[in-house]
Amino acid sequence: MPIAFPHKPGIIAYLTAGDPDLATTREIALAAIDNGADVIELGVPFSDPLADGPVIQRASERAVARGTRLSDVLDLTADLRRARPTCGLVLFSYLNPIVRMGMEAFCAKAAEAGADGVLLTDMIVEEAGEYLAAMSANNLAPIFLAAPTSPDKRLKAIGENSKGFVYAISRVGITGTRDTVASDAPDLVARLRKFTDLPIAVGFGISNATHVKAVGEFADAAVIGSAIVALIEKTGPEDAAKAVGHFIASLRR
Amino acid sequence: MASAVLNPVETAAGRFGVYGGRYVPETLMAALEELEVAYAEAQADPAFHTELDGLLHHYCGRPTPLYFAKRLSEITGGAKIYLKREDLLHTGAHKINNALGQGLLARRMGKQRIIAETGAGQHGVATATVCALLGLDCVIYMGEEDMRRQELNVYRMRLLGADVRGVASGSATLKDAINEAMRDWVTNVRTTYYILGSALGAHPYPTMVRNFHRVISIEARRQFLEEVGTLPQAVVACVGGGSNAIGAFYEFIPDANVQLIGVEAGGRGTALGEHAARFQKVGGGLPGVLQGTYSYVLQNDYGQVATTHSVSAGLDYASVGPEHAMLHDSGRAQYVSCSDDEALKATVTLSRTEGIVPALESAHAVAEGIRMAATMAKDQILMINLSGRGDKDMGIMARELNLAGAKEKIAL
Repeated sequence: MPIAFPHKPGIIAYLTAGDPDLATTREIALAAIDNGADVIELGVPFSDPLADGPVIQRASERAVARGTRLSDVLDLTADLRRARPTCGLVLFSYLNPIVRMGMEAFCAKAAEAGADGVLLTDMIVEEAGEYLAAMSANNLAPIFLAAPTSPDKRLKAIGENSKGFVYAISRVGITGTRDTVASDAPDLVARLRKFTDLPIAVGFGISNATHVKAVGEFADAAVIGSAIVALIEKTGPEDAAKAVGHFIASLRR
Repeated sequence: MASAVLNPVETAAGRFGVYGGRYVPETLMAALEELEVAYAEAQADPAFHTELDGLLHHYCGRPTPLYFAKRLSEITGGAKIYLKREDLLHTGAHKINNALGQGLLARRMGKQRIIAETGAGQHGVATATVCALLGLDCVIYMGEEDMRRQELNVYRMRLLGADVRGVASGSATLKDAINEAMRDWVTNVRTTYYILGSALGAHPYPTMVRNFHRVISIEARRQFLEEVGTLPQAVVACVGGGSNAIGAFYEFIPDANVQLIGVEAGGRGTALGEHAARFQKVGGGLPGVLQGTYSYVLQNDYGQVATTHSVSAGLDYASVGPEHAMLHDSGRAQYVSCSDDEALKATVTLSRTEGIVPALESAHAVAEGIRMAATMAKDQILMINLSGRGDKDMGIMARELNLAGAKEKIAL
């Protein structure tokens, strides 16, 4: 399974697929992988991204407006898998586009495309019966989110039902960059460790090398999302891949 | 249609058939669990009900009258039409039933900061009112399009002390206001209570909001038996998220001879984007997940949620409460739609025949009630839930009905 973090901390790069366009997302993903990203999270754009802050909201809105479909993101996944056989590929989505395609059809197509795992923003473990069955049948890793507000009982269920890694949300709130790594994060990771041996990735608010180093003190990987998406928005399509490549390379320095 | 989709691990609470459930970011789960426990405790506590019932009576004006609309009935030539007068409640709509219940619950839970979304502004006004009454801090999210078309309610909320925050994303209507309220809640979940304004969202909201509005059908059913001597043949209510309708329907569900009719916004056409008729056969919604619950959602072939249109901000929403989805599939309730123009025409009709100006949302139910009554016998009875009054809509009515310019009386 290509989800692995040989260098600590690992780097997980989130991209909103189709922003600014699918061809550019492909180039950006390759640049991120070639500059040290261990896992690419390909965000499926959605009309109502209620867990996201303004940066990813805008990216999602642009990608939806361009007509980016879940099937396009699956095609992009297959393309990236052919180009980079050993990097981790995770599909990151809100539930509704997947319900529309059909849970089983989606999992079969994701596996066929070469995805390693799936993270659904609005799927909690209690509702995940059909999802977990379809993921398991297709040998895909379901990655659940753990929050600072999750009591131990929930962390246990999250740990037990996740594969690949567990995504620990560094602080309560929506996605977006912050000045510092939230003080909630080390406690959450420590509590999660009691329930799982999987790698633990920390995300939300991670945007520079200092943050990544801080995360490395207590977790296995850092997820960088809004900082990359904002960089793409600022840079424009021609130079985005190069800029993101430089940025990823800078994170471990 | 939706049989195997999204089956939970166990048959969780908060399911209405296959619909409902909890589809939210993990960060909110502890808060939803806390709310579920606190609500169950409040429900079991006689003191909670005593305080709520006392305020519903002395502060809000319950019970609301069941009024026989004689002249309206006569012009249809058919059934006797009764209006359940939720429009007479304090703040002008049924919304206060739920806002008050949840406000008392929030205070009981020790939450000082209240947030809410609003479409037409009636839930925002009700929430701002309750916050003033209970001394709670109040933030209301409202789509900028809705702020424009329901301007008077924006002023009312501000006068009551609420911080009204405009939402510009999406179509800047109710759905977008809910997204923003949920973002606020995710961020401030430890200190904040979210008073959701319709029978929507993740469990326990659809059940809790319905229970706070059940008083509508508890009263109406008793009033029919005591004052009219029989139950109606049909109960008609407009359905946006569906809170007034589920409240008006609920106690009649076991009465198999009482037809339950929900009226959705037909807007200005049947194509996707032109209406908010989730149950429309062609160009309507499909089961999906929006804002925490599994229900019918207006969406395109790829699962992107569609934009909607209605002249009434309160019905202008892409999904619908999950209990209505269940009642629709089981056939216990029927759902029809009524266009912008029909609602406006019904507004004039009710105003001229009864001296009652309905909210544009409620006017959809009035339009369908008039249509149905005309097909029924004179000894039959139909109830329309008049969920709100039209003061807030004067600006739209003035424009759409040319009230400023018309020298001649507008024909019915």
